[in-house]
Formats: sequence, structure tokens, C-alpha cells
Amino acid sequence: MEVLFAALQAATLALILALLYRPLGDYLARTYTSDRDWRVERGFYRLIGVDPRAEQSWPAYLRGVLAFSLVGLLLVYALQRAQAVLPYSLGLPAVPEGLAFNTAASFVANTNWQSYSPELTMGYTVQLAGLAVQNFVSAAVGIAVAIALVRGFARHGSPTIGNFWVDLVRGCLRVLLPLAIVGAVVLLAGGVVQNFAGFTEVQTLSGGSQQLPGGPVASQEVIKLLGTNGGGFFNANSAHPFENPTAWTNLFETVLMLAIPFALPRAFGRMVGSNKQGYAILAVMATLFVLSLVALSALEAAGRGTAPELAGGAMEGKETRFGIFGSTLFGTTSTLTSTGAVNSMHDSYTALGGMLPMLNMMLGEVAPGGVGSGLYGMLVLAVIAVFIAGLLVGRTPEYLGKKIGPREIKLASLYILVTPTLVLAGTALSFALPGVREDVESTSIWNPGIHGMSEVLYAFTSASNNNGSAFAGLTANTPWFNIALGVAMLLGRFVPIVLVLALAGSLAAQRKVPATAGTLPTHRPQFVGLLLGVTVIVTALTYFPVLTLGPLAEGLN
Amino acid sequence: MSTTRSTLRTHWVALRAMLVLTLVLGVGYTAVVTGIGQFALPAQANGSLVRDADGAVVGSALIGQSFADAEGAALPEWFQPRPSAAGDGYDGGASSGSNYGPENADLVAAIGERQAAIGEADGAAPGEIPVDAVTASGSGLDPHISPAYARLQVARVAEARGLPETEVATLVERFVQGRDAGYLGDPTVNVLRLNLALAELVGD
Repeated sequence: MEVLFAALQAATLALILALLYRPLGDYLARTYTSDRDWRVERGFYRLIGVDPRAEQSWPAYLRGVLAFSLVGLLLVYALQRAQAVLPYSLGLPAVPEGLAFNTAASFVANTNWQSYSPELTMGYTVQLAGLAVQNFVSAAVGIAVAIALVRGFARHGSPTIGNFWVDLVRGCLRVLLPLAIVGAVVLLAGGVVQNFAGFTEVQTLSGGSQQLPGGPVASQEVIKLLGTNGGGFFNANSAHPFENPTAWTNLFETVLMLAIPFALPRAFGRMVGSNKQGYAILAVMATLFVLSLVALSALEAAGRGTAPELAGGAMEGKETRFGIFGSTLFGTTSTLTSTGAVNSMHDSYTALGGMLPMLNMMLGEVAPGGVGSGLYGMLVLAVIAVFIAGLLVGRTPEYLGKKIGPREIKLASLYILVTPTLVLAGTALSFALPGVREDVESTSIWNPGIHGMSEVLYAFTSASNNNGSAFAGLTANTPWFNIALGVAMLLGRFVPIVLVLALAGSLAAQRKVPATAGTLPTHRPQFVGLLLGVTVIVTALTYFPVLTLGPLAEGLN
Repeated sequence: MSTTRSTLRTHWVALRAMLVLTLVLGVGYTAVVTGIGQFALPAQANGSLVRDADGAVVGSALIGQSFADAEGAALPEWFQPRPSAAGDGYDGGASSGSNYGPENADLVAAIGERQAAIGEADGAAPGEIPVDAVTASGSGLDPHISPAYARLQVARVAEARGLPETEVATLVERFVQGRDAGYLGDPTVNVLRLNLALAELVGD
């Protein structure tokens, strides 16, 4: 029966996403190709002083992305440092420098790693004016970069790839804001709180007292998921009943995380003039998602390990109302997108079960990945895949009528090297640097032995891939982790963006190569299988050794 | 020179964009959602508060609470919630899981102690104790227990209160909540609601 209920829940999710695929994907494509501005948008462009019809070359587009993100970083940092004098701060003091840097980097990079416990650190003003705003705009930036890359494939002989300010504003106002308002009302109906009451003390039934938290939670919860951000209003994130009160809100929250990432392949197909190309990308994403979900669910349901076997199941860190499958569905969704929200504590998963969220992130979060970042990550892998296919048959590789030449393949190769470098170097340095190692082992690591090493590996995997979930036993609010993870998040976000926009520029400039008998069709099952293989093999070869030191060693012991 | 000027100009545009977006998406959006919540769905927006027969707030239907004495010992006359890692237990200001890994010796010891304590209080063998009774939730504020754990506690609660067992057992069955829509999540019992009904049953 349990399996049947799980399958039904997964089928419901698949049905909802299938129903959304065409309308939402088409809407996204129209949003980013329309040459008509809304009246409110025209006012906005006048206020900020840009001409919405002015097209940008890739370096100009990139300068917009970087300048906007830098300003966001400084603003979120300043808000935290000024918290003591801001209204609605619940009497909380200024956030210390290291933590404020880490948090600013984290939210600007769409990671939402949290080295802090929100209830004890962030007042309402920082939450809504700093963090919630970044939830919107960092998501809009991700979609903008993906759309710019799609334009690279769709345009021929073009020196430009769009206008960043237009893409940013449309992403916020036409896509994220309306969906967020609708989603917030649904979550409110389910019991998510939305007030400015602070903490209320109540007399409990048995005569004790309890602090009940308040806050503008619904408004932030919905955009944290919709924008694949993941930073919780509360420490327990989406395990907290005020963030995720019921089994049906839990399903709704997974829909919020997956809606845009799974609809973007449709927008891609529309924009390059072949819906079949979108279905091929979708097929790769969906296959990986299903495989990962089944694996994690089976491992947690089996409940291997000393503690779960003694207790009679793997329920440590899981909520009764979600059960095992509600937890694994959310955990898989959160780590295969770049959300990083949790409704169950990944640190307490079974050893091999805990490896799955790590593997999901190590895949590069492409199944379906974060809003925008998932699509551009998958398209880069597609470039690699046609290159490998070209090598096998000895032809110049092409994708969507564009030659994949030395420049394109260099950019794509660099892209797939960035995050593994950050993950492996960060983890290694944590144990290799004298001074750091003692601090990591004595202060930060919570679980002793092999599992402690997994906590550090998880942290760098999460930060570098801009996920934000954690093996949360790790105390990351230390100088080493605040700085190292902050740097990993920024590099893991913006170095790939530089490469993707350079790739977009180089593709847009090319003329279309006519398809010949030797062209590899990229909408057939053959290519889906090839892309799937490339994605898995690249990840496995990169990370297998380090996984054997962590979760594999623990799980097979 | 012109690159410097254009870089400066880009940052000036970025700053203005960020400020306008902060007003719209930070302040405006939050105000709209708060307005909808407070006018259309005030009960949920303010924390799904639960009141006793006299109208006094005794907690939230969504947030679990402790039924232990000041030393943390379980009070036998109340249905007990799951173990909690939030602060000293069900601290609404410090939501948290234990984050213990599956091989952590402290967790293994804690599970053993919980099984021993429940075995003594409810006369159950370790194999009969439901998993939710001996594991801490992710939030530390889980308002629910499994129907199996509620049923296991019936005899103890009935004896501590001097009530017939059948009456308490009937009450428990009344508070068993099925899966959402018949198939989402797991069946649950809301501990606060059950205990509130229990208190009203004996009128204390």
C-alpha cells in the first residue's frame, strides 16, 4: 500500500507538471520574445534610465548581470550590518561581518545557504527587504542568462543577445510576481503564517509556556521555492509546520520548485523553432529525476543503518505528516533543482540515502535544475554531447544549426570544470590547511567519523552548485566556512554565467549551418540517451573517489 | 576613460533598479500578501491558534508542544508527542532536528533509552514501539504522532486519569486523521487537539 500511495503522489506531481508544461513554457517564450512593454515596465525603464529597445552584446549583457549582482551583494550586506537600527528587527543586533558576507553572497548567488539560525539572527526587515528581494531577482537573473543562451542558438549572425534589464524586469514582473501572489494565497489557506506579530508567549495545556513565532512567512516561502532559492524563514526550513503545514502543501511546494525549471525546455523549444528539441531536453531531465527519486525513496524506506534499524525505520529528522515518501520527494526535488530547501534533515538520512542529495547536486543540478541555471547547465552538457558524438563519427559537431568549434567547446569544458574544482578543493583544504583542520574537526563537525567528512563534502557541494541545503549538523558559522563557502558560492554562480554568456555571444554571431545527412539529429531517443550518458559519466568520473571516502564508505561498512 | 564611464553608468542603473525592485518586491509584495492573509484568512495567517473551552489560547494546531514536567519527565496523564531537538524540547524559538547521522552513537543510545522508558511506561516490547515515538522530527515542532503511537499510550493515560480504557480509546480513534486526499503523507494524530479533548472529557 505504501508503494501505491507513493506512486499516486508522484503521478499527481507528474500530471500537474505535464499540464503546466505547454502553457507556462509558451508564456515564458512569449515573455522573453515580445517587443511590447507593459505600461508599468515603461515607467520602470524611465526610472532606471535604460532604453528597452537597445540590444546588448554579450559583454554588455554580462556587465549588467555583474553590476546588478554586486549592488545586491552590497545592499544585503549593509541591511544586515544596520539591523540594530532597522524597524521590525525583533530587537536583534547587527549581523557580524563574516556571517553577513556569507549570507549576502548566498542570497545573491541564488544559493541560500544559511550559516545562521533565522529565528535568532534575522529580523523581519532584513528578511523581506534583503532576502526576499534577492529570492526574486537572483531567480530572474538565472532565467535571463538561460534565455540569453537560447537566443544564441535561435539567432543567426547577430552581434547581440538581448537586453539584460528588460529580461530582469520581465522575469520579476511578468513571471515570478504573479505566480508568487497566487502561490502565497494557496499556502496561506494551508496554514502558513503571514503577520508581523513577533513571538507570542502562550500557556501550554500542561501548564508550561511556549514561544510561538510569527512573521511574513507565506510571502517568502513561496518565492523561496518558485525561484529555487531555498532559504528558510525558520531554522527548520520547510520541515517547520509554519512553512509547510500539511501533506498537500508539501506536494504543492514541490510543484512550486519544479514548475519553471520543467517548463523552460518548452520555452527553449519554442524559441529555437522546434518543440521537439524541448521535449528531448525534458526527457533527459525527467529520466534523471525519476531514477534519483526512486533510488532515494527505496533507500530511506529500507532504513539501513544502526540507528534506523534499532528504531524501526528512518524517521529521525522526518515529519510525521509527510512520511518517508513526502520527505524523499521533497529532498530529491530540492537537490535536483538548485533550491536547497529541506522538509527533512538530510544529515539524518541513511548513509547511502544521504549520498543521493549529494549526487543530485554533483550532477550539476540539471534535472531540471534551478530556474534558468538548470536549462543552461543542460544545454552546455548538450554541447559536450554533440562534440563527443562528432568525435565518434569524425565530423564537425553541430547543435541546432550551430557549429561547435574550438571556442565553443573550450567554454563548455571550462563550465563543467568550475564546480568540481570548487567542491574538491574546498573539501580538501578544510582538512589539509593547518589550523583550519583542527577548527573544522573540533568546532564544525557534528557527527564523528566518516559522517563528519560527509558533512564538509556536502557543504562545499551545496555551496559551489548554489543549492543551499546542508548536512545541517555542521556548524558553518565559523570564519573558515563563512569565507570559503561564500567565495565558493560566488565563483560557482558567476564564473559559469560568464562562460555561458560568452558561449551565447559566440553562437549568436554564427550563421546557420544547413543540416546534412551527416548531422546528428538532437531530438531523437538516441540523442536523449547520449546526453543522459554524458551527464552521468562526467559526474561519476569526477566525484566517485571522494564519495568512496564519505557516504559510500559509511553505507557499505 | 569611456569604459570607466560606462562601467560607472551600468552600476548607477543597477543601483536604481535594485532600489525600485526592493520597493516593489520587498515592501509592496509583502504588504499585499499580508493584507490578503489578514483580511481573507486571518485564522491561518495568525498561526492556527487553538483555544480551550474558556477561550484561552493554549497553543497552535500546527506546532507541537511539550507535555513534560519542569525536569523534562513525561507526564503520564497526557498523550506524549515525539522526542524533540528544538531547544530543550518543543521550543518555538529554536526549531531544529537533531542532525544525528545513522551511525551516531549518541543517537543509538538515545533511541535505546527512549524505548526503555516507553516500554516501562506503556508496557511495550521494543519491537512494538512505533518508530515516531523514538525519533526526533525535522522541525522539533512536529504536532503529530502516528495513530499506532497514540493507541499504545491509551492504557497508561486511562489509568493515570482514572478513566475507562474504552473511553480513551474511542477518543483516540476520533482524532485519527487519514492521509490528505486519501493518499498524501501518512495518517496522523494531532497531540494538542487530542489532549485538549482529553482534558475536557474529565473537565480539569
